[in-house]
Amino acid sequence: MTDTNELIRLSAADLAAKLSAGDVTSVEVTQAYLDRIAAVDGQVNAFLHVNAEEALAVAAEVDAIRAAGGAAAEELHELAGVPIAVKDLIVTIGQPTTAGSKILEGWHSPYDATVIKKLRAAKMPILGKTNLDEFAMGSSTEHSAYGPTRNPWDLERIPGGSGGGSAAAVAAFEAPLALGTDTGGSIRQPGAVTGTVGVKPTYGAVSRYGAIAMASSLDQIGPVSRTVLDSALLQEVIGGHDPQDSTSLTDPFDNLVAAARTGNVEGMKIGIIKELHGEGYQAGVENRFNESLELLKDAGAEIVEVSCPNFKYALGAYYLIMPSEVSSNLAKFDGVRFGLRVLPKEGPMTIERVMGATRAAGFGDEVKRRIILGTYALSAGYYDAYYGSAQKVRTLIQRDFDAAFAQADVLISPTAPTTAFKLGEKLNDPLAMYLNDVATIPANMAGVPGLSLPGGLADEDGLPVGIQLLAPAREDARLYRVGAVLESLLEEKWGGPLLDRAPELQAPALDAANTVGGSN
Amino acid sequence: MSADTILSFEEAMEKYDPVLGFEVHVELNTKTKMFSSAPNVFGDDPNTNVNEVDLGLPGVLPVVNKAAVESSIKIGLALNCKIAESCRFARKNYFYPDTPKNFQTSQYDEPIAYDGYLDIELEDGTVFRVEIERAHMEEDAGKLTHMGGAAGRIQGADYSLVDYNRAGVPLVEIVTKPIEGAGSRAPELAKAYVAAIREIVKNLGVSDARMERGNVRCDANVSLRPHGQERFGIRSETKNVNSLRAVEHAVRFEIQRHAAVLDSGQPVIQETRHWHEDTRTTTSGRAKSDADDYRYFPEPDLVPVVASREWVEELRATLPEPPAERRKRLKEAWGYSDLEFRDVVNAGVMDSIEETVAAGASASAARKWWMGEIVGRAKTADVDPAELGVSPQTIVELNGLVEEGKINNKMASQVLDGVLAGEGTPAEIVEKRGLAVVSDDGPLLEAIDAALAAQPDVAEKIRGGKVQAIGAIVGGVMKATRGQADAGRVRELILEKLGVEG
Repeated sequence: MTDTNELIRLSAADLAAKLSAGDVTSVEVTQAYLDRIAAVDGQVNAFLHVNAEEALAVAAEVDAIRAAGGAAAEELHELAGVPIAVKDLIVTIGQPTTAGSKILEGWHSPYDATVIKKLRAAKMPILGKTNLDEFAMGSSTEHSAYGPTRNPWDLERIPGGSGGGSAAAVAAFEAPLALGTDTGGSIRQPGAVTGTVGVKPTYGAVSRYGAIAMASSLDQIGPVSRTVLDSALLQEVIGGHDPQDSTSLTDPFDNLVAAARTGNVEGMKIGIIKELHGEGYQAGVENRFNESLELLKDAGAEIVEVSCPNFKYALGAYYLIMPSEVSSNLAKFDGVRFGLRVLPKEGPMTIERVMGATRAAGFGDEVKRRIILGTYALSAGYYDAYYGSAQKVRTLIQRDFDAAFAQADVLISPTAPTTAFKLGEKLNDPLAMYLNDVATIPANMAGVPGLSLPGGLADEDGLPVGIQLLAPAREDARLYRVGAVLESLLEEKWGGPLLDRAPELQAPALDAANTVGGSN
Repeated sequence: MSADTILSFEEAMEKYDPVLGFEVHVELNTKTKMFSSAPNVFGDDPNTNVNEVDLGLPGVLPVVNKAAVESSIKIGLALNCKIAESCRFARKNYFYPDTPKNFQTSQYDEPIAYDGYLDIELEDGTVFRVEIERAHMEEDAGKLTHMGGAAGRIQGADYSLVDYNRAGVPLVEIVTKPIEGAGSRAPELAKAYVAAIREIVKNLGVSDARMERGNVRCDANVSLRPHGQERFGIRSETKNVNSLRAVEHAVRFEIQRHAAVLDSGQPVIQETRHWHEDTRTTTSGRAKSDADDYRYFPEPDLVPVVASREWVEELRATLPEPPAERRKRLKEAWGYSDLEFRDVVNAGVMDSIEETVAAGASASAARKWWMGEIVGRAKTADVDPAELGVSPQTIVELNGLVEEGKINNKMASQVLDGVLAGEGTPAEIVEKRGLAVVSDDGPLLEAIDAALAAQPDVAEKIRGGKVQAIGAIVGGVMKATRGQADAGRVRELILEKLGVEG
């Protein structure tokens, strides 16, 4: 039996090896994480729901299969018994799914998302559901209706968003792995500011069935982890064609783990995107970015500079396409069939007024802002100027990527322009908040895969900086190949994982076990 | 609600020229729904044929039903349309609780079929070409039942019940171009057009085509303009006119109503109208203006539907003969008069006659049997003639027995009763019931002598050349032989006996 504090700091790959070797049981691992959640989540608020009972039952099942040996034990998935946290935008039988919104408070899905079915098939205990900006709209998790998640590096700072809960859970050693969703950077930007790894796979590489849609043409489920290899392992579990998602690809993505294990950049061309660094990027972010470039060059990569001139329109176009789809996708939340229903306080009781009262009470400001924006952008007479033009920009961004990938195998940029900012700092300035995603949005607009990994700490504030890698559509393996090399070079330089430098979270004086564990 | 003033139809026609347009919704009879794997079945308990997709629960995604696309292409081909090589779905956004997602997944600017036509034959044989603008795929909405209010409307209802069994049922909406030049035949054309669409989709096997179940639903657009004016008048759209008769009546009523409005110097209001079968009138529904904004945009959860030319040609090769062409071909082949053929069609035995002819009977014999013997029995039994239980082979056999002179028509009718009673094949029944025609002339000649002796005055008339009087003698012989004689042979023998040329 390993010391539990040591156990929770292991990577998923190492945990899997120990489980397989019989050094530790899944119940021990799962309980260690549940204990950690009980100890620190009162401060971090990464979890909206803890699924202790079911997680322990799955862990016990895995342990029993392993103990019995034979064919069933042989057939266990490599990650069987390794726990995972799930962003609360993804529907799960047996646990509430809120999307971080009051409008879904207490709602239980009668069906599992495809990725959840895959986790269950792999027998990975699900620790619980993680916090997010309401309906994944935000870059700080402050737009959650259930309170903000805090950054384990500095509890006064944001953990990024929308998937701040998943990133913070992994960074605070409350889970070895988590699922996120990325529409404009919601996996990668939280990864950057919490010193974790996050991957947005190629659009269509992972089924979206059961991920509550924000912007259908941009949304993608992906892995959140502490190492590049762990993300590769997880993407192979959740990926693959799904007949229930028409936009899912039929290509096999089965070379990701191999790519992460045999990382090598010799002779590769890595392109710096001229438009995604420099002005507007924090000095400490630039420094760590340049340091990564030097390391890659030393490892045998050729660094080239590419230009993507239309990326400057990406943010504007994104804020037309995304809200347009939002306005339609969120129309179903009307109080008629599920979720919150609010009756008008006075006046006639008509269906329109019930819908109106429900949406007025159930949605937060940022959600309303985007619904209004999208409704306007799709309106007759404005459609061509707004939605239509934005789609043209999208095509131009795709062409920029095509041209860039003709010159480089992989592109590289900082993941976010700054390190984690203070809670509340940008809450009243939506445009400043939106700028956090300036480097991550182009990948969603073009459907190409992107990975963010820790690039070190900014000199001025000692907070994590993220390095983003981008590859052509369907070439997710390249991200893992380059990411693994850069990760090992950096860890060599740091003398260990970046998260070792994060401050210890102190368990509060009160016993949090009963409050958190008991919320199940 | 005050009753609308109307002009007489004749007066309306004197003053104005009607322009029509139709949107016909056809529910497809696919096994599953347009975008989900839930069963597409009519009449089950409410909300039993639904899954998370039909209910629009958070996180769900649609998947296009390939069988529905096939059916849509077939409809497009049958309407002489072009089939889009690639087309997309779009979202039509509006808040209403019969649509679980608060948008309907439909097609907007990229219909799967477009630019077609349909030749409509009116009852007197006039052929009128109706141009088809488009036929597009979409999903049906759920069914709302408003409780406690007046007239089943949502306004004033205490509460509403919703059944999502119909939500997501595949629909093809067929939209005509404006139909000009129908004149006073507009109501008749309206009925004939909807009847033709219903017949085509039924013939294709893509819809149950039962209007009373809403499988085929018609929205009828009517506008009037003064004779000689090119510009269209303002139209009204009468929704959900769901029987052929109602289509005809609704168009007629709207023409009369518009004419009265225009005569009064008022503009026609662009609006939807509700059809009332009981009073055969329409009443004002929702004002419909061009300001209706459904904020259409391409459905991002679906990839474009690609219809390769090979696939389209494969489907074209499977199309059955168009009903109108088939009727024309059969009528010519069978040599029936217009009246005979219409009776056959109206009696619903065209298919049965075709099968009977194919089994070896002549067209006239087949018609004689179906129209003369089977239709009446079917009516008595209250079933469709084809379902009575008479196979084409039975008719061929029966008819053969008559033609060979083994039995006469009267016996044949009894044999048919025997077949329907399950007594065996016609030959077996003839044997069992002892129904063979008396073909030995000996007993016949005796009976003829007796009959001539009994009616000497008739015999005299025949000898005098009044051959038509022979029926009385034949009748006497038939009576004496209890109907077992061959009447034709009896006639021959009588004439022979009396030395008269037939």
